[in-house]
Amino acid sequence: MSDILEIFMSASFWAAAIRIATPLIFGVIGALICERAGVLNLGIEGIFTAGAMAGWMAVWLGAGLWGGVLVAALAGGFFGLIHAVLTVPLGLSQHVSGIGVTLFATSLSYFIYRTALPDVSSPPRIEAFQSLDIPVLSDLPFLGPALFQQTPLTFLALFLVAATAYVLYRTPLGLAIQAVGDNPAAVESQGLSVYGLRIGAIVAGSAIMALGGAFLTMSAFDAFFFGMVNGRGWICIALTVFASWRPGKALLGALLFGAFDAFQVRLQTEVGSFIPGQVFLMMPYILSIAALIVVARRADYPRALLVPYFKGQR
Amino acid sequence: MARPAKDAPVLLRLDGITKRFGALTANDGVCLDLKQGEILALLGENGAGKTTLMNILFGHYVADEGAVLVSRDGGEPAQLEPGSPHAALDARIGMVHQHFTLAENLSVLDNILLGTEKISALKSARTPARSKLEDLMTRSGLTVGLDMRVSQLSVGEKQRVEILKALYRDARVLVLDEPTAVLTPQESDTLFAILKKLAAAGLGIIFISHKLAEVMASSHRIAVLRGGAKVADLPTDACSQRQLAELMVGHEVSETVRDARTPGATLFILTGISAGEGREALYDVDLDLKSGEILGIAGVSGNGQTMLAQVISGLETPVAGEMRLEGSAFSHANARMMIDAGLARIPEDRHRDGIVGAMTVSENLAIETIRKPDCQRFGLLRFTAMRDKAKAMIDAYDIRCQGEDSPARLLSGGNIQKIVLARTLEGEPKVVLAAQPSRGLDVGATSEVYRRLLDARARGAGVLLISEDLDELMRLSDRIAVIHRGHLSAAEPTETLDRGTLGLRMAGHTMEAAE
Ligand SMILES: Nc1ncnc2c1ncn2[C@@H]1O[C@H](COP(=O)(O)OP(=O)(O)OP(=O)(O)O)[C@@H](O)[C@H]1O
Ligand SMILES: [Mg+2]
Repeated sequence: MSDILEIFMSASFWAAAIRIATPLIFGVIGALICERAGVLNLGIEGIFTAGAMAGWMAVWLGAGLWGGVLVAALAGGFFGLIHAVLTVPLGLSQHVSGIGVTLFATSLSYFIYRTALPDVSSPPRIEAFQSLDIPVLSDLPFLGPALFQQTPLTFLALFLVAATAYVLYRTPLGLAIQAVGDNPAAVESQGLSVYGLRIGAIVAGSAIMALGGAFLTMSAFDAFFFGMVNGRGWICIALTVFASWRPGKALLGALLFGAFDAFQVRLQTEVGSFIPGQVFLMMPYILSIAALIVVARRADYPRALLVPYFKGQR
Repeated sequence: MARPAKDAPVLLRLDGITKRFGALTANDGVCLDLKQGEILALLGENGAGKTTLMNILFGHYVADEGAVLVSRDGGEPAQLEPGSPHAALDARIGMVHQHFTLAENLSVLDNILLGTEKISALKSARTPARSKLEDLMTRSGLTVGLDMRVSQLSVGEKQRVEILKALYRDARVLVLDEPTAVLTPQESDTLFAILKKLAAAGLGIIFISHKLAEVMASSHRIAVLRGGAKVADLPTDACSQRQLAELMVGHEVSETVRDARTPGATLFILTGISAGEGREALYDVDLDLKSGEILGIAGVSGNGQTMLAQVISGLETPVAGEMRLEGSAFSHANARMMIDAGLARIPEDRHRDGIVGAMTVSENLAIETIRKPDCQRFGLLRFTAMRDKAKAMIDAYDIRCQGEDSPARLLSGGNIQKIVLARTLEGEPKVVLAAQPSRGLDVGATSEVYRRLLDARARGAGVLLISEDLDELMRLSDRIAVIHRGHLSAAEPTETLDRGTLGLRMAGHTMEAAE
């Protein structure tokens, strides 16, 4: 028992939880923006991969780290635009289009990677982001290493949570996005463009999702390899429901998941000798499903989610 | 009613508007003028093209021919960019749609602010908006809690928010598409008082309604559409209700009268039913319905009618009490058991509970009898048989649509109600539950509904008529009970009641006096 307590007392546990949560924060914020506007974006898993590859590739080809981040965002925006055109003006099934985008973005990323590096056996490394050294804060005992020794992308993710909450609740644009996800007719009858808002939200949301992928290759690891996204995108889709489409709760959800994951790794080393390792790997997912069951029954779905809108039609 | 000055400037002009949907001409060369300070009522049958015309005026639809002209700041009317609600709002046209266009997840204030600010602004200017609105609310008498979420509002309050949206943008032309269809009589009175005040202040107002009494009482001028074309444009003083009804339908409308009948045996009984909680709960409700009678349930909506209808249709299980149809108990029934036992219902919210919009008219007509042999064989649907039956029903009930294969959502509101009615009465049910059956129907269709309900009564069915329209209740019911705050009074013969007492009881007065 005391061993378990010790896990929670260690600064490295909290630092790991935040590190694991970072890509999820990007992903869930991006998914939330799309869904608030009424469009489910199942392209997320592929957009993660594209962001991871594009960011890494840009840096490997000589761009600066922030240049790489920008390239990743652009790649995400590009795949978002494909999804937006298919689902908004054309009104196709959002599930089909989203899964299509995931397959397309994933295989295109692998294809480009393989074409650029035909016969490397171990993936080439780049000089990735290093943890920031914030004066005073990073040097605090316990809190410093637990919370403030992270790479700049983690702080960008936290900033995006606050910015998204601000935009959504305090600006005319945010009101319009919330409205278009609830009742597009309300938006049109107030003279705003339903298509413009939805397409914009999907492109912006997808760009943010791609940063989650970029974090993987440019902060967490320093290389790109196949299968590295490993379902993180899907987790974000579930976390969006868990968060009830609210940025603050989205952050909480991502951190909880990060904590579960960091905890299972440490628990494995404590008691791993008599319980198979796979049980621990399952744990964060089982806990997420349990949390979803509790929360999702009361979830406040955007009413127009999944419903295409056609002007001048009943 | 005070008329606008003869030389009042023209605010809005519709010039030869034609709109076609496939083979159907929804508007046919319609010309219409609206003057400053004028209240114009637009009448027409269900499907006559009223909503379509207003949607063109507001830029939701683009006309195939013709133009919308608007005068800006007192100048000569100039053409409005077609197909752009943004341009219409810019020209200070405000529109209250037949179905609410509110974002339910936002507050009242945010709904009104939506689209009025620059989209790139870094902050929503809520504080100045709030004071402008508070001022507007005191001047117009339209009061709503600005911080309430729209999902918490009653229909009457939502209606007020829609009007406030238009006024907040300083509308000079206000269009209201059937604003009173879902309002209680008191709310309608308040609304018209407000509209008159606004017209006196210089707005031009167009409203659509099927209720001739309120049209006569509250308009300066009346325009009538029939089959998409304008067939009359008269000052209100120069017409009578009977004449208007004829103009709309194209022939004389017969008054439906209830003949004297002795009801048969008791068919359907509720004893001590309690259900639900909160605003829409029922407490200890007793009711008995005989065969061959119409029992009216009078009440202002929101007093438990919805729950009563849910319990009777088997959609809600009561917490206490018993329900018997022809002697057998049904206290834990589901909807299918009730249908099989001979209950048919006309739901109150027909868009939500009455039809499946994406399915065709013929599928919607068959939906409650889908397991009967004339619709299926060996578990496979018989589409040809369903279509033939649908064609016959479309004729018999005069459902205006582009054929039995068009999706039900394309039909006008009144015609959707006719689908529900046709389906309900087709199977010769023993008990008919009719909730607000004439809501949104034109005069012709309303008299048709009355006739059908009386036919069902003559056949020996028991009809439970839930309504807040006193004329309707007095005309059709053999007995009337009043529902108030979930309590149902004992039913009394209609002959012993008058409008005054019923009105008071609906407001809850006699309940206290009796205690
Ligand atoms: N977008 C559309 N596509 C196809 N048909 C349409 C469309 N909009 C309206 N219609 C058809 O045009 C006709 C006129 O409809 P409209 O809604 O204007 O009637 P209305 O006069 O408002 O009737 P109600 O009193 O029932 O509301 C109807 O037959 C309707 O089915
Ligand atoms: Mg209409």
